[in-house]
Amino acid sequence: MSTKDNQLPLWEVFIQSKSGNPHKHAGSVHASDKNMALQNARDIYTRRGEGRSIWVVLSENIAASAPEDEAELFDPADDKVYRHPTFYRVPEGVKNM
Amino acid sequence: MSTMNTKEALYNFCLRLGDNNLILGQRLAEWCSNGPILEEDLAMTNLSLDHFGQAEFMYEYAAELEGKNRTADDIAYLRNERGYFNSLITEQPNGDFAFTMMKQLLYSTFAKYLYETLSASSDKRLSELAARALKEIKYHLRHSSEWVIRLGNGTEESRIRAQQALNELWWYTADMFVVNETDKELIKAQIITDLSGLYPKWKSSVEETLKLANLTIPAHGHMYKGGYDGNHTEHLGHILCELQYLQRAYPGAKW
Repeated sequence: MSTKDNQLPLWEVFIQSKSGNPHKHAGSVHASDKNMALQNARDIYTRRGEGRSIWVVLSENIAASAPEDEAELFDPADDKVYRHPTFYRVPEGVKNM
Repeated sequence: MSTMNTKEALYNFCLRLGDNNLILGQRLAEWCSNGPILEEDLAMTNLSLDHFGQAEFMYEYAAELEGKNRTADDIAYLRNERGYFNSLITEQPNGDFAFTMMKQLLYSTFAKYLYETLSASSDKRLSELAARALKEIKYHLRHSSEWVIRLGNGTEESRIRAQQALNELWWYTADMFVVNETDKELIKAQIITDLSGLYPKWKSSVEETLKLANLTIPAHGHMYKGGYDGNHTEHLGHILCELQYLQRAYPGAKW
């Protein structure tokens, strides 16, 4: 059996739940171009009113950090508690914090 | 011909709108788990559910107009072929994917112009339902046009399949613009306009898309008509068999 992936190219989908919020990764779709990717993303990831805006990007265009680098990249932040803005009181009226 | 009052005509008209949606929705549902790719499988079942939703609104309104305490479900499940007023194109089998998308393009273009007109109807309920459906219809049109254009410009095989679909489906398109007794009564009551007037707009929009798709409208043939009067092709009975089986075999059965 061939293990070759004969599906259309893979795209990563980012959905914004409401205006002003960041686009968050929702999953991926197969599509032959941007338009098809947007439509497929709309049909798969916004069926239950999850989104107001969609971004799609070819998966191969995403540069990702290597899993084996995890320790050296991220562990040093573990003991830098002073970097968290938890010592401040969030003023009233500030949203999405 | 029989004399039909305005309320009866409006009831029949709501059935026509509901039936177009129910039958096309049922056809699209047949693709569930058979789509060419997972993404398109979901897209087609989404379209199907949109159509079922639109059918339900129309049947609910029809039931109210009728005033016999029937529900939308009664209207959907307990009528025979001759009592169905959907356009012939909606009941045609799905064929291959190109055929289904071509059918959707030809119908959705019609639906767009129809519902735009109806959203300005003097009947408030009808205009509200039409305006609500229009958003979905515009998406159906976009989805099907893009696929037809893509298939027409794809491989030799996809182009041939799209062209064959057009060659076959074209002869069911005039049926969507037939004006019958129902229309005449509603035109007289100033609830709808003469819907055959939508044909030129429909034709030029479809021609534009087909040109982009590199496809040619067939030149000679016979236009089939009769859906709005309940005269159907052999396919409708088979659809109703499957659609209505449960309620016919077990009347009143609940999910």
